[in-house]
Amino acid sequence: MTDLRRTPLTGVHERLGATLTGFAGWLMPLRYGSETAEHTAVRTAAGLFDLSHMGEIMVTGPGAAAALDYALVGQPSALAPGRARYTMICAPDGGVIDDLIVYRLAADEFLVVANAANTGVVFEALEDRARGDAQVADHTDDYALIALQGPHAVRILAPLASADLAGVKYYTGYPATVAGAEVLLARTGYTGEDGFELFTRPPDAERVWAALTAAGAGQGLVPAGLAARDTLRLEAGMPLYGNELGPELTPFDAGLGRVVRLEKPGDFVGRAALAERAGAEPERELVGLVGRSRRVPRHGYAVLWDGAACGTVTSGAPSPTLGAPIAMAYVAPAVAREAGQAGAGTGGPGRLAVDIRGRAEPADLVSLPFYRRPA
Amino acid sequence: MSVPDELHYTREHEWVAITGTTASVGITDHAQNSLGDVVYVSVPSPGSKVTAGEPCGEIESTKSVSDIFSPVDGEVTEVNAEVDENPAVINADPYGAGWLFKVALSGAGGELPADLLTAADYEEFIATEE
Repeated sequence: MTDLRRTPLTGVHERLGATLTGFAGWLMPLRYGSETAEHTAVRTAAGLFDLSHMGEIMVTGPGAAAALDYALVGQPSALAPGRARYTMICAPDGGVIDDLIVYRLAADEFLVVANAANTGVVFEALEDRARGDAQVADHTDDYALIALQGPHAVRILAPLASADLAGVKYYTGYPATVAGAEVLLARTGYTGEDGFELFTRPPDAERVWAALTAAGAGQGLVPAGLAARDTLRLEAGMPLYGNELGPELTPFDAGLGRVVRLEKPGDFVGRAALAERAGAEPERELVGLVGRSRRVPRHGYAVLWDGAACGTVTSGAPSPTLGAPIAMAYVAPAVAREAGQAGAGTGGPGRLAVDIRGRAEPADLVSLPFYRRPA
Repeated sequence: MSVPDELHYTREHEWVAITGTTASVGITDHAQNSLGDVVYVSVPSPGSKVTAGEPCGEIESTKSVSDIFSPVDGEVTEVNAEVDENPAVINADPYGAGWLFKVALSGAGGELPADLLTAADYEEFIATEE
């Protein structure tokens, strides 16, 4: 693990006794203690995550908005400064290169946050696609990223933040001061809970982490690792690149066709292929499965309908919130329709199953997400 | 990681405790720590035959599923009902309350397979594995 990149917070994780793991070339905390306890803390109180492995790419200049409108499937030019949007970057054939969050920091300044494993290819694609007066620069090393997630996030952060958090709406990001450090304070996350993501300068990261830890001491806040992050996002029905998204899949396959703004003016990379895909019968559908046994459907396992393969599990895990194994899977649309009808998928005769290491384990089809936070 | 001296070990991270001609089997502290939270375990039913080195059950954690390999030859005499109801006990107490099953050793002398590891050997094995 010596070749792995350390984040500005790796020393903190080591002092906390975290189990560290290699992830996309980075040495990251997998869990600090029980990942199930970390998951539950985020659902009921709050969790603190180091996400400094995520890629931060700045696109700036008078042509930045137009360049992103051409490079991405969304329309960043339509964002007001301070607003953020979930979007994707696709290949000319419509395949997904990565899913992204784009923050418009100012009229001519955008922050594109990419998955750690894809930062290089996203940077190259953006640079390649930038036309006119737009500069693309990889600033991943200039940021630490700390996520504070959970129902207690507001009350933990409020005493430390310069901004009135009531003014920081979901999917916005503004410059703010937290514990004396200048940060980009964003109300975004990947857990299905309310929460914040704080982009800090690397030298400030330990101080911000420590201040949040202290502020959360009486609020049930715990540090949480990548294992909990994965089960949290799975319960929330959020796709993970490499599982639900990839170069062989379009946003429409993942049920995320809404991110493709075919109505936006001008051409963009992938437009022709995606327009065709938008009007075609889908080849597969992303569905949720809940296992009836305690054996867990995992990535790559076959989904069965009446004993015959009809799809593939993309992500699966024991769900701490549901107390049952859950999975997302791509299945044939006909199966999704039939299994989704009352009786066939839920409480029916078990026509739907997952091949778990050679044994068909009955599963029920459910609509995504598995978990929605209480309003 | 705790590696009690009095136990025998496998390279698949099971431990064995011998009392007379009965072997108690579980997974090691190192194994439970690597797996993370155990959510489900299946073990061979009482009366079934197990063979050293052969898979005889499986253990599910948040991140993965692994086979349980029998460390010994014999017949299963007892299984731990507690780990079925509360698999977390395997994480909390892998050498005690988290034991998995007991085997009546086959063979007149109840010999152990020659390739079981001592505590010292197992510690060395997990050190080189990392």
